[in-house]
Amino acid sequence: MNPSIDCMAALRGVSKRYGKLTALDRVDLEIRRGELLSVLGPNGAGKSTSISLLLGLIRPSEGRAELFGRDPQAIEARRHIGVMLQQASLPDTLRVGELLHLTASYYPNPRSVAESAELAGVADLLKRPYKKLSGGQQRRVQFALALCGRPQLLFLDEPTVGMDIEARQKLWAAMRALVAEGSSVVLTTHYLEEAEALAQRVVVMGHGHVLSEGSVDDLRARVAMTRIRCVSGLDAATVAGWNDVGSAVREGGRLIVTTAAAENVLRRLLGADPALSELEVRRAGLAEAFVELTREDDRAEKEAA
Amino acid sequence: MNAMATTVAASLPTGMTKRRVLGAYLAEARSECLRYLRSPGFLIPVMIFSCMFYLLFAVVMGGSFGHGASTYLLASYSVFGIMSPGLFGFGASLAIERDNGLLTLKRALPVPPGAYLIGKMIMAMVVAAGVVVLLLLMAEFLGHVPVTPGMAAGLFATDVLGVLPFCAMGMWVGTLIKGQGAPGLLNLVYLPMSFLSGLWIPLPQLPHALQKLAPIFPSYHLEAIALDVVGMAQVTIWPHVLVLIGFAVVFLGLAMRRLRRHG
Repeated sequence: MNPSIDCMAALRGVSKRYGKLTALDRVDLEIRRGELLSVLGPNGAGKSTSISLLLGLIRPSEGRAELFGRDPQAIEARRHIGVMLQQASLPDTLRVGELLHLTASYYPNPRSVAESAELAGVADLLKRPYKKLSGGQQRRVQFALALCGRPQLLFLDEPTVGMDIEARQKLWAAMRALVAEGSSVVLTTHYLEEAEALAQRVVVMGHGHVLSEGSVDDLRARVAMTRIRCVSGLDAATVAGWNDVGSAVREGGRLIVTTAAAENVLRRLLGADPALSELEVRRAGLAEAFVELTREDDRAEKEAA
Repeated sequence: MNAMATTVAASLPTGMTKRRVLGAYLAEARSECLRYLRSPGFLIPVMIFSCMFYLLFAVVMGGSFGHGASTYLLASYSVFGIMSPGLFGFGASLAIERDNGLLTLKRALPVPPGAYLIGKMIMAMVVAAGVVVLLLLMAEFLGHVPVTPGMAAGLFATDVLGVLPFCAMGMWVGTLIKGQGAPGLLNLVYLPMSFLSGLWIPLPQLPHALQKLAPIFPSYHLEAIALDVVGMAQVTIWPHVLVLIGFAVVFLGLAMRRLRRHG
């Protein structure tokens, strides 16, 4: 048996409806052992609904949610997960060490308070009351609570919101260390660079569907766009009319062209404007791929409506 | 053990020992007590009203009400005092935590069944114990009430257990309303109920219609027991105990049903 393809949690043909509103529409999603899966999508795409279903906080209208092959509401299954939710006000008169001690008590084989604090970078805060911490420090404490039970699967919902760059990078390092230890992580985030830096697999959601699933490179390849940026006197509208040009706009003093055939467009650009300067050519990042995917989805949604 | 592995669920290691599960209940109760004992905004209003009333009406003006007033008021104000950790400690905190995401987090975490509610219940009992002890001390040293050890123990037990039906009531109210509106709504229950069941002005001095109405409130039944315990009345205790258990069970049932449906 290959442990690397064990299924830790899954949604199988799950729909979730609230009255007339369909939050999720027959979604299949699988989280495998030892992977960091990032779930991306605009607000209302169904990310939080999917997480809530996997945590057993809500029940599917149709289909099945599984956590370690069981009902997510079974406490035996939840004893192997760690959770960091987007909005959770912890009892703020408790000290960080007390919160860690309490949360660790729910688990069969937790880390020591010192170890959890060390991993999340809150070792110096253990004696401080939670309410005296800054927003970024509180997020790190919540991260410590998520990992203190030695979970096999961590759910992190927008974990780095409100963190400065240094804190964010520390958290990234900690996430990588956990994955290296063999934990799986489900990460929802608005920061595409976060998914790009950490995720082995990316699921993009929109309007309650899974739009794309695969590695970061797969996702980029799905939208094989290149971005050309330069200072040029050429008219954007004219360039937009050329063959192979996806779009051309003027931003500040610069012309920005997206294209799937960069070489052809470049040749023509350089020919048409000998004075062209400050040329930049860049393969589309996850951000562009993401925008492209969700735009297609919006268009499809409007046509269907 | 083969290519089917993609759909094979990861196996789980063995679960919690009984000892660790018990530890989790204890840790939850301890945290719940600690967090409220450190929160003066909760503790002071809860502790102060019954003590202030006792000081004013039993100690300062006690003489003018005649013999036994300070003993009678010890019973009624102790009931008045312990209602508030039940109603507010349980109800208001549940309403707020349903709103601010803490309850959701607890439901996602492997908190053992009921530990969250039992923790709050123990907290309410601890605060109730504090209220009774304060009142007993005031009665003994300021109110010149001849407090016997038996009477002290009886009143302590009555009030610490008597907080439970009010916990259940508070819990039910806490499931009806979310967030900061709960304390206001609870005051609309707490204050009229205290007055109408004769905790502020002894029942025999209230209009006849109100006297008839009083038994619909749990506080009336708890006061009857408390008055018996301090020797200011002679009642058969067990019907009142049964009514209080009934109140607790009904409100707990209503609250659990709403929590299950609405979270």
